[in-house]
Amino acid sequence: MLKRLTLCLALLATPLAAVQPDEVLSDPALEARAREISKVLRCPVCQGENIDESNAEVSRDLRVAVRERLLAGDTDSQVLDYIVTRYGEYVLFEPDRRGANLVLWLVGPAALVVALGGAFVFLRNRRRDEAAGPALSEAERARLEELLKE
Amino acid sequence: MLTELGHFALILAFGVAIIQAVVPLIGAWRGWSGWMAVGEPAASAQFLLIGFSFAALTWAFVTSDFSLELVWANSHTDKPMLYKISGVWGNHEGSMLLWVLIVALFGAAASWFGTALPPKLRARVLSVQSMIGVAFLAFILFTSNPFVRLADPPFNGRDLNPLLQDPGLAFHPPFLYLGYVGLSMAFSFAVAALIEGRVDAAWARWVRPWTLAAWVFLTIGIALGSWWAYYELGWGGFWFWDPVENASFMPWLLAAALLHSAIVVEKREALKSWTILLAIMAFGFSLIGTFIVRSGVITSVHSFANDPERGIFILMILAGFVGGALTLYAARAGAMQARGIFGMVSRESALVLNNILLAVSALVVFVGTVWPLVAEMFWDRKLSVGAPFFNQAFTPFMLILALVLPVGAMMPWKRAKLARTIRPLIPAAVLALAVGLLAWSVGTGRSGIALVGAGLGSWLVFGALTELWVRAGRTPARILRLPRADWGKATAHGGLGVTFIGIALLTAWQAEDIRVAQIGEPFTVAGYEITLDKVEEVPGPNYTSTMATMSVREGGQLTAVLHPEKRVYPVQAMPTTEAAIDYRFTRDVYLVIGDAQADGGWAVRTYIKPFANWIWAGSILMSLGGVLSLTDRRFRVAAGARKATPVTATPAE
Repeated sequence: MLKRLTLCLALLATPLAAVQPDEVLSDPALEARAREISKVLRCPVCQGENIDESNAEVSRDLRVAVRERLLAGDTDSQVLDYIVTRYGEYVLFEPDRRGANLVLWLVGPAALVVALGGAFVFLRNRRRDEAAGPALSEAERARLEELLKE
Repeated sequence: MLTELGHFALILAFGVAIIQAVVPLIGAWRGWSGWMAVGEPAASAQFLLIGFSFAALTWAFVTSDFSLELVWANSHTDKPMLYKISGVWGNHEGSMLLWVLIVALFGAAASWFGTALPPKLRARVLSVQSMIGVAFLAFILFTSNPFVRLADPPFNGRDLNPLLQDPGLAFHPPFLYLGYVGLSMAFSFAVAALIEGRVDAAWARWVRPWTLAAWVFLTIGIALGSWWAYYELGWGGFWFWDPVENASFMPWLLAAALLHSAIVVEKREALKSWTILLAIMAFGFSLIGTFIVRSGVITSVHSFANDPERGIFILMILAGFVGGALTLYAARAGAMQARGIFGMVSRESALVLNNILLAVSALVVFVGTVWPLVAEMFWDRKLSVGAPFFNQAFTPFMLILALVLPVGAMMPWKRAKLARTIRPLIPAAVLALAVGLLAWSVGTGRSGIALVGAGLGSWLVFGALTELWVRAGRTPARILRLPRADWGKATAHGGLGVTFIGIALLTAWQAEDIRVAQIGEPFTVAGYEITLDKVEEVPGPNYTSTMATMSVREGGQLTAVLHPEKRVYPVQAMPTTEAAIDYRFTRDVYLVIGDAQADGGWAVRTYIKPFANWIWAGSILMSLGGVLSLTDRRFRVAAGARKATPVTATPAE
């Protein structure tokens, strides 16, 4: 977080603070859509800020471009496609759900299913050998008692 | 002179650490008590030497000794004293010195308070802890020496990055490091237990307080960092899913899992090998975090090449410790015999579920963090994984966790009946549902986030209260006499709920306004009338400030006069925004002043942030819960206090 800010600010002599009043669209519904889209787009020169928060010049250009496309009547996904074809996949903070990226999206649910299944099998097997011995052997119990007395 | 002594002390500490790593280990293997006893004085000596070295570096910063390259690059005579001191760890070399100081501190603490530990286990723990010290001391001495002199000392320094000149951030790194490094203690205990080939309740009773302490420090450190981001960065975000943040969040999640599974080992002698694995992984993720932050590898594969020596060194440390520990684990984990038996529905199973959810969510964060690197390495794709991914992929696990937590916390050990556990929680569930519906209906947007977040958050809070009530035998007088561990548990779980409510309501109800404000002309944002009264230039100690005076009125009544600033630090030629915030219990008014406009007005951003404070209040409650647990009598006993306790291997609960 620090590093990206330092870098971002260092790139600029005088920063422009995020969204400027002159960029805001007069139609509140359209502006709200623009803000949502801006949060998915990454500032290409910063270290991981979205264009909505970023102070960089190029982010301003992107914000203005998003709003221009919205005014031209594009849907949200058309706007995103428009930006991605020009700036590359890199500016998209939410990777698509195709091809290899499926691994990224499915790793959590898959791991959860595997872990729950594994735990279930483990617990069921544990219950089968319920004939396990006492919690501590006599020597261990004596040692623990000695420890706790100290 | 003092600087050279500090450097020398660091080299001596390196030598002592090597002795401490080798001699007690051989002693424990051969059964030579004299060799085993070397660990304790060595741990103290190592701590004192590194402490001296750190003090020497601090002195150089305090006295602005610009003949030191590090001081020159990170300090300035005009800087306030607090930031001269925090400048010691506001850079790579100094922060690594703080890191090894804390490694040595934990090692020394284990030798001071560990007198009740079996001598062999203690010798091995101190030895493993010192191996970590050796690795990082070597890293400092060979790649990141803070004591490098300049041949021609300049008259003044280049100043510390202005963003770091902030009280919140001055204390953020020490807490974070206490947390990261605290997990090294759990790691050392785990490796020592693997060498020993046994884990029992007494072992878990030792590991838990260290893990708990590390988790408390991590919680405070992360909360401080997030609070800093909130007030300093100028748009009031509190979490960005940035790789550097994720680096601290993964160990936090695993430490939370570890301290819960250690309870099962302590009370029920089950889940032993899993707990050992978690202890190894928790510290492993601390090292991965260090690697991510220090090498810059996640930012871009190319920045890794900028400083390959340091990156490769940390990668080797990571591979050595985690690889070595996991190999040992593979060889010895079978020897960890589980004893306690429990049913499918029981407190033990509930804690297994807790561990699964926390570990899987940590895995999601990890995969998301390294995915850009993987994609670039294997498919040559340059892509980004950011907040939209994490919000969708991570949040569901937290929701499930919150849903099952109060039920799991109430379950009895060994064998439980679900219906009997849930019955006392019905009032809490009804209340929580009511709160959720209320949040849903009063908000303008009918937000689902408010319904789910506020509902689950209050479910956690009411669930924690119900547990205290039931545990005290439904007698109010007994609630205050409950053990501190019970209070700690309820406070921490309730704190999680408070954070849930804060995040949900802030996300759902935040109002924002961006405009050009003319001086003296009031404007209204979400019921608040705001006026820009004046803007003036004000000199600061090492910066100049453009300071606005703005008044906030609610229903015609003046509620606050705020001073948002823009600062320029001339030495680093860097501007910062200082938002002005009126903190209240149920909302913050957050004002930011931007640039002067051509028509004489100023760009002004106003945010109304409902329940923002609750996010950090919840974090404070979580850490307070940890502290309450730590001060429970059971741990004071384990920590070597000489007090009699009831002797039971598995307390009946």
